Amino acid sequence: MASALDSTLGWPRWRRSWWYHATFYAQTWRGSAASTVLFPIFFLASLGVGVGHLVSAHTGLVQGQTYLHFIAPSLLATTTMQMAEGESLWPVLASVKWIRSYHAAAATPLEPEDIYAGKVTWVVTRAFATGVVYTIVIGAFGALESWWSLTLPFIGALIACAFCAPLVAFAARSQSDGPFSVIYRFAFVPMFLFSATFFPVSAYPGYLRPLVQLVPLYHGVALARAAAFGQGAFGALAGHLAFLVAMAVAGVAWGRHTMRRRLVD
Amino acid sequence: MTGHILEARDLVKRFGDLDAVKGVSFTIERGESFGFLGPNGAGKTSTMRMISAVSQPTSGSLRILGLDPRTHGPEIRGRLGVVPQEDTLELELSVRMNLEMFGRYFDIPRTVVRERAAELLDFAQLAERANDKVDNLSGGMKRRLTIARALINRPELLILDEPTTGLDPQARHLLWERLYRLKREGVTQVITTHYMDEAEQLCDRLVVMDHGTIVAEGPPRELIARLSTREVVELRFGTDSHEDLHERLSPYADRVEVLPDRILLYVNDGDDALRALHEAGVVPTSALVRRSSLEDVFLRLTGRTLVD
Repeated sequence: MASALDSTLGWPRWRRSWWYHATFYAQTWRGSAASTVLFPIFFLASLGVGVGHLVSAHTGLVQGQTYLHFIAPSLLATTTMQMAEGESLWPVLASVKWIRSYHAAAATPLEPEDIYAGKVTWVVTRAFATGVVYTIVIGAFGALESWWSLTLPFIGALIACAFCAPLVAFAARSQSDGPFSVIYRFAFVPMFLFSATFFPVSAYPGYLRPLVQLVPLYHGVALARAAAFGQGAFGALAGHLAFLVAMAVAGVAWGRHTMRRRLVD
Repeated sequence: MTGHILEARDLVKRFGDLDAVKGVSFTIERGESFGFLGPNGAGKTSTMRMISAVSQPTSGSLRILGLDPRTHGPEIRGRLGVVPQEDTLELELSVRMNLEMFGRYFDIPRTVVRERAAELLDFAQLAERANDKVDNLSGGMKRRLTIARALINRPELLILDEPTTGLDPQARHLLWERLYRLKREGVTQVITTHYMDEAEQLCDRLVVMDHGTIVAEGPPRELIARLSTREVVELRFGTDSHEDLHERLSPYADRVEVLPDRILLYVNDGDDALRALHEAGVVPTSALVRRSSLEDVFLRLTGRTLVD
C-alpha cells in the first residue's frame, strides 16, 4: 500500500474525506443545528423538571441525585449514540449503493480506508460538538456538579465512535436497508430505554443486572453520569471505558476491511 | 517516457468462480481516443475499474502513466479522471459545490478549485445552473456535470464508462461535441460503449470485447473494412421461416446472417445484389441497403447482435 500521507504536507489523506463531510454539513446544517440546541432544553424541561417533580414526590432522590441530575448525563450519552446511528446506516448505504458517492471518492487519490476514516472522524467531530452544546445546556439547568463535567464532550465523542465504527462497517457491507429498521426496533430503541438511562440499574431484578453490563450504551451512560457527578470507583470506570474503546477499535478494524472490499473489488 | 500512456498485458479479473476478464492485452497512446466496444457483461466495466487504478488485477501486468497501480494507486488516480456509468453526484448540493468539493479530494487549493470550477461550468454549459441543486438537472446536464467533475484535477487520461447510455439523441450529440473538444485539447480518452455509432464517432482505435476477451482490435473503419463487406442489404420477408431462405440467398452474397426479424446480406454493392435477387424471383416485403458498421463486425465475430 502506498503511503497514507500527502506528499505535500505530511497530513493524513483521510482529512480530505473528513473535510468533504464537514463541507457537506456546512451546506445543510440549519435544521439539525437548531434541534441540537432545542432538543435538550425540551427534554430536560419535560422529563427532568416535569417528571422529576413526580419522582421526588414519590421516591425522593435517585442514587442521591434529583431526577433531573440523574437523567441529564444519560441524555448526552443517548443523543450521541443516536447521532452515530443516524449518520452511519442509511447515509453510508446511500454512499456505497444508491448515490455511490464513495465509489466516486475511490476513483480519486483516496483509499477506501481514507474514506472510512474520514466518515468516522467526522461523526466523532459532530458528536464532540453536540457534547459541548449539551454540556452547556445541562449546566444551564444546574445539573452539573463537578469539573469532571468538562470531559462530557469527550465521552460523547467516544460513545459516537464506539457505535459509528462498527455501524458504518455494517452499512458498507449491506445490500439493502431492510435490516436497518429491524436493528432500530430491536436494538437501538431497547438500548435507549433500558441502559439505566431513566432509572438506576438497582431497579432491575438481580438476575438481569449482569445482562445490562453487556449493553454498550449502559457503559456510556455510566461514564457520563460519573463525569457529571464527579464520582465513581476507578475500577468500574476503567471497565466502562475499556468496553467502549474495545468496541471502537474492533469496529475500526472491521470497517477498514469492509470498506475496501465494497469499494475496490 | 514512452508514448504509451497505458500498457496492459494478460489482465485477468476473477470474482470467485466468475472470470470477468480473461487475459486481455492492449496499449493506449498519448492523445488518442481508445474504445472498448462490447455488450453488457463483456468485461468492459471490470477492465475500466482496473485501468482506473481502483481494483487490482487478479493477474497480469498493468502500467498506467508509467506507474504500477499496485504500489502507486493514489498517485495514478490523482492524474486520472473517471466518469462512471452512474453519475454519483451529490443531489442535495449545488452544481458548483459538486465541483468544488470533489476538487478537495485531490487536495487542490481552494482558490484554484474555484477558478477551475468556473471554467468547467462554462465547458459543461452549466454556468447558468451553477447554483441549482443537482437534483433538478436533466439527465444530460447531470452527465455533463459528471464529466466536468472528472476534469477538476486536469487529468492526463479521462476514462468514460458508457458516457451516453440513457441520454436522448440531442443530449448525446452535445456530449460528443464536448468530448471532441477535449480531444483537441490533447486529453487522452478511454471510452466504453455498447453503441456502435458512438464508438465510430469517438474512437480513433478500439477493441471489441466479448465474454471477457478481446476479439478484435483496430481503427473503426479498418475493422469494418477487414471484417465486413462494404455494404449490407437488410431484407424482411414477413414470414417465420427465415432459415429456409439462407441457402437460397447465399449465392448472392459473401455472407448471409439470419436474425430473428431480418436477414443480412453482406455484399460489395447492395443495389446490384438487390437487382440480381429480383431477377431470380426473390421478393422481400422490405429491403434496405446501408454501409457496414461496427455492429456487423461484432455480429461476424460473435454471432450475436450488440444491443438486444
